[in-house]
Amino acid sequence: MDWVGFRARLGKQLRSVWTPLIAIPISLLIGAVILLLSGYDPIAAYQAMWQGAFKDRVAVTEVLVKATPLIFIGAGLAVAFRCSIWNIGAEGQFYVGAVLATVVGIYLGNLPGVILMPLVLVVGMAGGALWGMLAAYLKNRFGASEVVTTIMLNYIAVYITGYLVTGPMIETKGLFAQTPKISESAWLPRFLPPTRLHIGFILAIVFCIVLYILVFKTSVGFAIRAVGFNPDAARYASINVRSNILLAMAISGGAAGLGGAVEVAGISYRLYQLISPGYGFDGIAVSLLVGNNPLGVIFSGILFGALRSGAEVMQLSAKVPSVLVFAIQGLVILSVVATGAYRAVVREKEE
Amino acid sequence: MELMPALLFLQSMLAATWRMATPIIYAAVGEVFTERSGVLNIGLEGIMLIGAFAGYSVAYETGSLVLGLLAALLSGLLSGLIFAIFTVSVKANQIVVGAAFNMIGMGLSAFLYRTIYSQSGKVLSLQPFRPLDLPVLSNIPFFGEVLFRHNIVVYGTLLLTLIASFVLYRTAFGLSLRSVGEHPKAADTTGINVPATRYVGVLIGTVLAALGGASLTLAYSDQFVEGIVTGRGFIALAVVVFGSWSPWGAFGASLLFGSFYALQLRLQAMPEVVIPYQFLQALPYLATLLVLISLTRRARAPRALGVPYP
Repeated sequence: MDWVGFRARLGKQLRSVWTPLIAIPISLLIGAVILLLSGYDPIAAYQAMWQGAFKDRVAVTEVLVKATPLIFIGAGLAVAFRCSIWNIGAEGQFYVGAVLATVVGIYLGNLPGVILMPLVLVVGMAGGALWGMLAAYLKNRFGASEVVTTIMLNYIAVYITGYLVTGPMIETKGLFAQTPKISESAWLPRFLPPTRLHIGFILAIVFCIVLYILVFKTSVGFAIRAVGFNPDAARYASINVRSNILLAMAISGGAAGLGGAVEVAGISYRLYQLISPGYGFDGIAVSLLVGNNPLGVIFSGILFGALRSGAEVMQLSAKVPSVLVFAIQGLVILSVVATGAYRAVVREKEE
Repeated sequence: MELMPALLFLQSMLAATWRMATPIIYAAVGEVFTERSGVLNIGLEGIMLIGAFAGYSVAYETGSLVLGLLAALLSGLLSGLIFAIFTVSVKANQIVVGAAFNMIGMGLSAFLYRTIYSQSGKVLSLQPFRPLDLPVLSNIPFFGEVLFRHNIVVYGTLLLTLIASFVLYRTAFGLSLRSVGEHPKAADTTGINVPATRYVGVLIGTVLAALGGASLTLAYSDQFVEGIVTGRGFIALAVVVFGSWSPWGAFGASLLFGSFYALQLRLQAMPEVVIPYQFLQALPYLATLLVLISLTRRARAPRALGVPYP
C-alpha cells in the first residue's frame, strides 16, 4: 500500500471518530446547563447516569441489551440515509416486526425451535421490510414524501398494536393489556446468565458487518449510494432510481423489523403497547452520529444504550426525569451537524 | 323524525371541525411561508410542543392568557432563530436538523413539565380562552353553533389566513419570498438578500407553529400533556402539500383534517359504534396517507425547496 493513500485513509477514519468525540461532550455540556437552570445538580445527575450504565457487569450487559434494537435500527437507517431516503418510520417498522414475530411465536408455537426461532426473526424482518417498502412505493408511484408517509405509518402501526394487545391477542387470564408469552422454543438463548444478554446482540453485530460490506463493497451498495448522492447523475448512468429507493427502504424497514422480532424473542417474550420506548427515533441519531456508517452504528448504538440505561438510574436515584435523554439526543444531532460545518470551514481556509 | 339526530351529529361535528383544525391551520399557514422561501421544516412537531408548554407554563403562572401567547411567540422566535442558523447559515441538511428539533421539543417539554408541574401529582388546569358567542349570528339555528360560538383563537385563523394570503401575493416582500424559493440565484442577482429572506420565512413558520401549539393548551384544552401535539406538526406538513403551498389552500386542507379528528372523536363518544377505538384514532393518519396519494402531483413544490443557497 502506498504511503499517501494510507495516510488519506487513516485521516478519513480518524475524522469519523472525531465527530462523536466532539459532539457528545458538547451535547452533555448543554444538557448540564439545562439541568442547572432547572434546579438539578448536573454533576450528581451525570454521576448517577454513569453509575447506572457501568457500575458492574450486570449494568454493562443491560447497556448492551438496550443497544441491541438501536444497532439493528441504526444500521438499517444508515442504508436509507445513504440513499437520501429520509425514513422517519423505523418506529412503525419495529412495531410491525414485533407484532408479526409475536403472532408466529404464539400461533405456530408447536414447531421445533430450530425452525421456529429463525422463522420468528425472518417473518419479523419481512414485516418491517414490507412496511418500509409501502412508503417507498407511495414515493415512487405518487410522489408522496417519505418523511410524511413514514410518520403516518408509525401512528397506524402503533394503533394496530394497541388494538391487538387490548383485543384479539390479549392474554386471557392476565391483568395487563399484553399478549401471552411466545413459545419457549422461540426464545433466543441468553449466554451470560443471570444477565439478560442474548444472542440477538451478536446477531446485531454480524448484521452491521453484512450491511457494511453490502453498502461499501458491492455494486448493489454503490448504486444505492449513487442514488443518494445525485439521483439525476445516477439515472444518467442507467441506475434505476426507483428500484434502489425500494431496496433501501426494504433493507431499512427489514432491519427495524428484525430489531422488533429480536426484542420479542430475546427480552420481552410477548407483545405490549410500549414495546418500543422510541427506539425508532433514537435510531436516527444513532446513524447520523457516525455519518451513516453501518459499522460505526455498533459504537453509537452502545453509546445511546448507555445513555438510556443510565437515564433510568438517574431518574431513580437523582430524581431527574429520564426524558431529558431525548433532548440530549437531539442536541447530539445538532452538534454533529455543527462540527461537520466547522470542519468544512476549516478545510476551505486551508485550501 | 330521523333527521334531527343526524343534524345534531353533523352540527356538533362541524363545530368541532374548525376547533380541531385550528392548531393545524396556524402551523400549516406558517409552513407555507417557510417552504415558499425554499426551506423545509419538518421540526414543526417539536416546535409546537415547546410553544404549547411555554404558553401553558406562563399562562398558568401569571394567570394571563395573553402573556401565555406572548411566551409561545417568543419560544417560536428562538426555535426559528436556531433552526435558521443551522439550515440557512450553516447550510446543514434540513431534514436532519428538523428531526433533531422534534427530539429536542419532545424531550425538553416533557422534561420541564415533569420537573416543574407533575411532581405534585395533581392536574393543573388553567382557565382557557372562553367561547365568544357573536351577537345575533350565534343564535342562527345550526350555523350559529357551527360558525359563531368559538373562541378568539379559532376566529383568529380567518384573519391570519387573510393577512397571510395578502402578504404572500400582494406585497413586495411576498414576491421576494416566493422568488427566493423558486430561483434563489435569480433573486440574488436582482438584489434580494436570499439568506435574510429565508430567515424571515423560517421565523414566520416557527412563530405560527408555536402559537398553534399554544392554542392546544390555552384554547382547545386547559392543560399540558406530554406529547400533546400528537402528530399535528407532521399533518401540517401534509396539509401544506395538499393545499398547494397557498394559505387558503392550507386553511381548507386543515379543515378537512379537522373533520377527520372531529368525526373520530364523535364516533368514539357513541356507544352504538362498534369499531375499536384504536382504528378511529388512526383515522386522521390513514386519511393523510390517502390524501397524499390522491394528489398525484397536482401542484408543484417550490423549485428550490430543501436546497441550501449558495
